[in-house]
Amino acid sequence: MKKKMISAVLTAAMLAGMTVGSVLPVSAEAAEEGKVLNIYCWNEEFKSRITDHYPGYEEVDATHGKIGDVDVVWNITPSDDNAYQNNLDEKLLAQADAAADDKIDLFLIEADYALKYVDTEYTMNVADLGITADDLAQQFGYTQDVVTDSNGVLKGVSWQGCPGLLIYNREIAKEVFGSDDPAEVQKAVADWDTFKATAATMKEKGYFMTSTTNDAYRVFSNNVTSKWVDGTTINVDANIKSWVDMSKEMVDAGQTNTYDLWSDDWSKGFYPDGKVFCYFGPAWFYDFSMAGDTEGSIANQGGWATTEGPQGFFWGGTWLCGAAGTDNASLVKDIMLQMTCNADVMTEIAKADGDFVNNKGAMEALSTDESFGDAILGGQNPIGKFLAGIDSIDLSNLSNYDQGCNEEFQAAMKNYFDGNATYEEALEQFYTAVIEKYPELTKPEA
Amino acid sequence: MNQKTNNKKAVSYNKWGYIFLIPFVVVYVVFQLIPLFTTIYNSFFEHYRSGLTQIGPNFVGFDNYKALLSQGDLLIYFKNTMIMWIMGFVPQIIVSLLLGAWFSDPQLRLKFTNFFKTVIYLPNLIMASAFAMLFFTLFSDSGPMNSILINLGILDQPFKFLSNTWSTRTLIAMMNFLMWFGNTTILLMAGMLGIDTALFEAAEVDGATSTQIFYKITLPLLRPILIYVMITSLIGGLQMFDVPQILTNGSGDPMRSTMTLIMYLNKHLFSKNYGMAGALSVLLFIVTGVLSMIIFKFTKSEND
Repeated sequence: MKKKMISAVLTAAMLAGMTVGSVLPVSAEAAEEGKVLNIYCWNEEFKSRITDHYPGYEEVDATHGKIGDVDVVWNITPSDDNAYQNNLDEKLLAQADAAADDKIDLFLIEADYALKYVDTEYTMNVADLGITADDLAQQFGYTQDVVTDSNGVLKGVSWQGCPGLLIYNREIAKEVFGSDDPAEVQKAVADWDTFKATAATMKEKGYFMTSTTNDAYRVFSNNVTSKWVDGTTINVDANIKSWVDMSKEMVDAGQTNTYDLWSDDWSKGFYPDGKVFCYFGPAWFYDFSMAGDTEGSIANQGGWATTEGPQGFFWGGTWLCGAAGTDNASLVKDIMLQMTCNADVMTEIAKADGDFVNNKGAMEALSTDESFGDAILGGQNPIGKFLAGIDSIDLSNLSNYDQGCNEEFQAAMKNYFDGNATYEEALEQFYTAVIEKYPELTKPEA
Repeated sequence: MNQKTNNKKAVSYNKWGYIFLIPFVVVYVVFQLIPLFTTIYNSFFEHYRSGLTQIGPNFVGFDNYKALLSQGDLLIYFKNTMIMWIMGFVPQIIVSLLLGAWFSDPQLRLKFTNFFKTVIYLPNLIMASAFAMLFFTLFSDSGPMNSILINLGILDQPFKFLSNTWSTRTLIAMMNFLMWFGNTTILLMAGMLGIDTALFEAAEVDGATSTQIFYKITLPLLRPILIYVMITSLIGGLQMFDVPQILTNGSGDPMRSTMTLIMYLNKHLFSKNYGMAGALSVLLFIVTGVLSMIIFKFTKSEND
């Protein structure tokens, strides 16, 4: 009798559990959404875009805001020494157990390590948020390739495109080529062979072609035909090897240097005394990084101009990803729609902040806008050139290991360029360093 | 009766000794002893993170040790560490002995000794990383040092200090020397002041020169302090990290010739590789222990 009672109670409990189980998801969807929106990012950029352009956003203080009755919390951790990713990793791994108000709702990523997050279940499928292909139709294809996982599912969106151009010094172009017209200069840098020949001419006239070998690195690494890692074996693409060969020749001939990007030595070329003919970069690079606000810099005098250069590439960009488990799905969806799909908002961003926005229509309209010129480029409107290069960007060869491989490869090759090692020795050090970062990888058989 | 109460009192006082020890013991156990054992424990596992995927922990026995020892890189990093330590320690001990002897010699009647003692100690107060940043800027390709050398006509074109093995090692050794010679001077001086002045006076009466006094009296009596200085400096040297890490931006370039053991350990943190990092730490622990024992034995047996 007692046993029967117990089994009856247990069965009832089980049945109750099942019904509750099947009812729960529905009720959760119908329920009110969370009152706290947690956004994880590494600098103020996206916050200022939201503050300036997202309809209905009110700033409360430096790390808090309000959208309607939802509190927006900005969790900003700088990228230095991988701090942003370390923090994000811990939080994502603990996402399932976190209280609703502590869960990450939206987080930002960069292209170099996008797949690390995109290719996991921690990132939400954009379609699951309710964003349709029609909504995304105006975005540039490469910005979607970056955040498409290995099953072909789109997991993120961006408001920016960051196609890059060759940015050259007008004064030097006038002296060496007799003209600073982009079409004329393009002839001298149309492909890598003419680029090298021009570098020799520059050297004769007392100028450096680029500030460092690493300036051109992205142009090569964006145009590879194979991935950094094949299965679990590290693979150096032929195009990366071409970069090594060209760089070594140029360093030995004194046409460029081996500085680290962002070092003081490297940025000497932002000033006339640096005698650097060109840099490679996207719009944000010349707008924000070439000392445009400093008296006496070339940018300050409008002394730069842009041309397509040997090959198309991109540099940087920020993508928004919805975190799986978010309790603010509809708000995340709306932020993505407003900030990355709404043509009006995007045109506003392009005009106010100088971003190359991720909207074909808006950018095409701006490319023919005579009034839209950049003071740093001496009034040149570079958007047409950006548009010309953006289609050639092919990102089918991204891998989860890109950030580590790219960083370590440039660091290791510096030893070769400086004459402290042979190519083979430098390559060996690259393998060692990458395997330290990713212990599951192996170096290729000799 | 009286005796008994006294005994009881002594026991109850004893209790306070243990109570006051509790904070230290707790902190020691939580932050030193437990990590020490978990490090050893972790070193037997394959345990790291790739992206967001956790690998392990899987028990692999001594595989991590085998991997570390068979690569041969470890020996290179050990050699780098020792070379840079010796390059910094030799001038440090010479200068410190000299300064210590001068400061503690009453015959010289040096003025402002307190001022100088403070000044030579000052570099130690600067953060090592700030110091390394300063040197990085000073010795960069277009930095002030190169400008000065070019303007003086000593160099035709900038010397790439940080692209050359020996100049980079020298810079690191120099920074360590500058940071630590003040500390060593003060330790040695304390030792010298502790020597009975009667011995010096007796030596002088016997007609000993000051060189003889230094070698025959000061140095032998200073031995305990010297051992202490050597062992602490050796342990500090083996753990050399911040200066080369910041100066070379973590790369240990050129060609990892300035990569120290702890910088190598730090490399394993990127993938949160507890297994390899644990094995490396245990090896480092053993090496430090053995080297300290050698110094200790060596200097002590001479004393006997």
